Amino acid sequence: MLKLMHRLAFAAMLALLIASCSRPSPTSGKLPSSSDRKAAPAFVLKDSSGAQVKLADYKGKVVLLNFWATWCGPCEVEIPWFVEFEQKYKDRNFAVLGVSFDDDGWISVRPYMAAHKINYRMMIGSDQLSQMYGGVDSLPTSFIIDRSGRIAATHVGLVDKRDYQDEILKLLDNPKAMLDDRGTGDHDTVARFARLLRPDQRP
Amino acid sequence: MLASLVCFGQINVLDVAPLRKVAVPLKGAADATVALQLREGYHVNSNTPSDAYFIPLRLTWNPGPVEAVAVVFPKPQMEKLAFSEKPVSIFTGSFDVVTKFKASAGAAPGQSVVTGKLRYQACNDRMCLAPRTIDLSLPVEIVK
Repeated sequence: MLKLMHRLAFAAMLALLIASCSRPSPTSGKLPSSSDRKAAPAFVLKDSSGAQVKLADYKGKVVLLNFWATWCGPCEVEIPWFVEFEQKYKDRNFAVLGVSFDDDGWISVRPYMAAHKINYRMMIGSDQLSQMYGGVDSLPTSFIIDRSGRIAATHVGLVDKRDYQDEILKLLDNPKAMLDDRGTGDHDTVARFARLLRPDQRP
Repeated sequence: MLASLVCFGQINVLDVAPLRKVAVPLKGAADATVALQLREGYHVNSNTPSDAYFIPLRLTWNPGPVEAVAVVFPKPQMEKLAFSEKPVSIFTGSFDVVTKFKASAGAAPGQSVVTGKLRYQACNDRMCLAPRTIDLSLPVEIVK
């Protein structure tokens, strides 16, 4: 009986481990409602200048979190898009965060960043981070994180630039989500966020 | 720790056929073939990738009773993929990598095993998998 229980416990543990390794589920088309989104796992990493990057510090912003590597051809296609998004939307509380999975870290990544004129913050990833995000085993994998730090969209592999753009704009342009995501908040918070909206979007 | 072991290598798209024993003459050379089979839709970079950042296919052998004189890869395919503006140097499907071995200095006739590593990095049209290294064990017999 005890043996059977041990076996069952082991099987359950193994199933849990395998489940934890399941790849992130890509989303397509419509963004799930705020309440159906899962929280993006928190991380603290260092960027290329050595400064600390805390995902939690990006609450209030829409974030495109891109897992990539210099050896990944499809990733290279997306990089100019992300450079453009960063440039175009940074003043609307949007940020791109890049996480490279190059084994040799900055040795490969720094020259690549210079060659590709990457204008957004870059970090070096780890197996632990990849597992926190559902066991990322294919690159590129990108997560679009809403203003309250929840994953609104996941893309595994190369997708159309328009898909990213549409999702980013949906999150940036949705004033209701913007205010809802901050909770009911105090009047200052609401007013602060309302100022970020175009006049026609203000409540 | 266990979780990372389970996750590591979750996707394998390259199979290596069991290595056949190679008889290496004490004075002479012999070829050993590593037969590879890639999952449909996937490719690996060739041994001479077309982009400096791409990870090449590499086959290396550790020192032992035999030494690798040359590793011969097939002629790469130059293919234009969905993510590439220019053709990319790749291998797809089934292909062989052949190593020419000779007996090491001072080696004596007999059976042994030489170990090696095959490092590759695979992609399909839309995504890439992490680089992987496969350990190889080649049975060898040094013959007079």
